[in-house]
Amino acid sequence: MALPQPKIDALEARIAGLTLPEGGWSEAARKDALSRLTAMGLPHARDEYWKFTRPAKLVEAEVTPATVLDEDEMPIFDAFDRLKIVFVDGVFDAEASDDLSLEGVSIDRLAESQDIHWAKDIYGVLETRGQDPVERSLAALNTAFATDGLLIHVHGKPSKPISVIYRHESETSDAVLHHVVKVDAGAEATILENGPAAARFNNVMEVEIADTGKLHHVRAQGRDHERRAATHVFARLGKESVFKTFTLTVNGVLTRNECVLEFTGDDAVGHVAGACLGDGDFHHDDTVFITHDAVNCESRQVFKKVLRNGAVGVFQGKILVKPDAQQTDGYQISQSLLLDDDSQFLAKPELEIYADDVACSHGSTSGAIDEDSLFYLRARGVPRGMAEDLMTIAFIAEAVLEVEDEALQEEINARVEAWLARRRD
Amino acid sequence: MLEIKNLQVKLEEEDKQILKGVDLTVEAGKVHAIMGPNGSGKSTLSYVLSGRDGYEVTDGTATLAGEDILDMEPEERAAAGLFLAFQYPVEIPGVGNMTFMRTAVNSQRKARGQEEMSSTDFLKLVREKAKELKIDADMLKRPVNVGFSGGEKKRNEILQMAMLEPKMCILDETDSGLDVDAMRLVADGVNALRDEGRGFLVITHYQRLLDHIQPDVVHIMSNGRIIKTGGPELALEVEKNGYEHLKEEVA
Ligand SMILES: Nc1ncnc2c1ncn2[C@@H]1O[C@H](COP(=O)(O)OP(=O)(O)OP(=O)(O)O)[C@@H](O)[C@H]1O
Ligand SMILES: [Mg+2]
Repeated sequence: MALPQPKIDALEARIAGLTLPEGGWSEAARKDALSRLTAMGLPHARDEYWKFTRPAKLVEAEVTPATVLDEDEMPIFDAFDRLKIVFVDGVFDAEASDDLSLEGVSIDRLAESQDIHWAKDIYGVLETRGQDPVERSLAALNTAFATDGLLIHVHGKPSKPISVIYRHESETSDAVLHHVVKVDAGAEATILENGPAAARFNNVMEVEIADTGKLHHVRAQGRDHERRAATHVFARLGKESVFKTFTLTVNGVLTRNECVLEFTGDDAVGHVAGACLGDGDFHHDDTVFITHDAVNCESRQVFKKVLRNGAVGVFQGKILVKPDAQQTDGYQISQSLLLDDDSQFLAKPELEIYADDVACSHGSTSGAIDEDSLFYLRARGVPRGMAEDLMTIAFIAEAVLEVEDEALQEEINARVEAWLARRRD
Repeated sequence: MLEIKNLQVKLEEEDKQILKGVDLTVEAGKVHAIMGPNGSGKSTLSYVLSGRDGYEVTDGTATLAGEDILDMEPEERAAAGLFLAFQYPVEIPGVGNMTFMRTAVNSQRKARGQEEMSSTDFLKLVREKAKELKIDADMLKRPVNVGFSGGEKKRNEILQMAMLEPKMCILDETDSGLDVDAMRLVADGVNALRDEGRGFLVITHYQRLLDHIQPDVVHIMSNGRIIKTGGPELALEVEKNGYEHLKEEVA
């Protein structure tokens, strides 16, 4: 089907200034992505999958400038012993980064392309699988035009997390980064991501986990108010593997986080969780698609959104259970805490089940702070604001508990408390 | 300590008068009991005094140690020394009981210009008080009242009271749902706090609690008013004859 002319025009305008990197192992994948992108066009407000989130600011040709937060970005993960890798407005910063060597893992950069690389089997491959049955053209754009990213091969159990730090210093930066993560059988690692990245950020992470491999992914999206971000995580899980991803988002005018997870090996576990705190001009969209194509796998989606002053939260989450995926255990919960009447939560939970022996549950709720609880706390002397904060932290706790490491949970909670405290000043 | 004069209260949402002129004074060092039929306004009185939304004071005053409390926020009343043990303690999933109590203790201290209690001192104190009330460590770790039995919830109220050391304690049917042993524990908890400087207002339906917590004064509330006030013998009379003849007597 030919694309309508406005879509062709919009795509041409968007990619006019971009160049397709030539040569190296990724060239074929990039060319393929560009031809898929050309066939799809960019998301438009009339697309069903973008019904709740206007993609205009994510696809516009000229990046709307985003003020760089002048106060220091509150440090997160600072106290952790970690391997730091820094990107400033999407550009690798060797000075600020640690040496990319760590036992149990090998890390290369996409920009330093060679002719042969293990990432060739994954780069664009998982993204392509993720395009069916729903198009994710921003991810195809990313595969085609990504300027850099990390190629992380976990073959052992590195002693510390790999920590990707994104800094935003230019008001008009437009970053496109693409990471590939491969976890070998029996290997296990933690990847941290944090920071606001750029005025506009398009980020893709493809994750291939072999049988019995484990990957923990914890992300804190920075608190620059005006930044926009579209991110995709594509993960394929082998037999008895474990993948847990958690994202904390505080502020940011527009964020779309998509996660596409596919179980291809039996007895695997995949958890996707997120907590977001939005105040005012804030639109946050979590879009998740989980495909069970193996026996006895467990998937969990836990999303909590705290919204105030007209902030908007979106959740689109789907569990697809293929005919042979018996004994699937699928759980999905999406909840919002609306701190005033102006804020809004839009949820579209979906189950599509073709196997007969499965246990899938989903729920979505939206509500204000419970008045009885609030009074109880206040009657004990806890001031109203603090009581609300306690209840807010309690509200998102189920999502934060999806982070396996307790020290990281505390770090996330500290960030949440700092956000709440700032609102009270 | 607590002085209530001609307190008249209606519901905010409806045109329904619930308290129709309550007069009541609880002196420091004394224990007053309120008894009265279901729906007579006992809980309403305790909620209005502690500052719950939904009620409108149409007339009258209430002071705590001379301070007008009716214009205060609930947390200010608490910091001023008012404590209500709820008839139905609220479950708060996700908020740990310990965190809750420490926040409450330190918020009140802060409001009074006192230094916050260190976590070691707090822990020591809470363990000691919990032990006296036979509240195990597990209950302290769990979210506030979540999954607690009826009796455990009531004991948790008394634990909070012991930690906060309020000037004026209002206990709304803290005895209901308690087995004999738990009733003893609760009464011991209350008696341990009896003090020259502290007043108690104990709302109850049963003489049984008053066997353990000897009241100085007993009031009977009916249809939004205190219809009779007397000594401990009044509670025995109610136990024996019910409220009907009292109502008639007054009418
Ligand atoms: N929020 C409310 N909405 C409607 N009616 C109310 C409300 N609060 C209290 N009432 C009514 O006011 C009256 C007094 O209620 P209250 O709970 O104070 O009684 P009580 O003396 O504590 O009774 P009990 O002994 O059963 O606990 C009752 O008729 C009750 O239905
Ligand atoms: Mg009552």
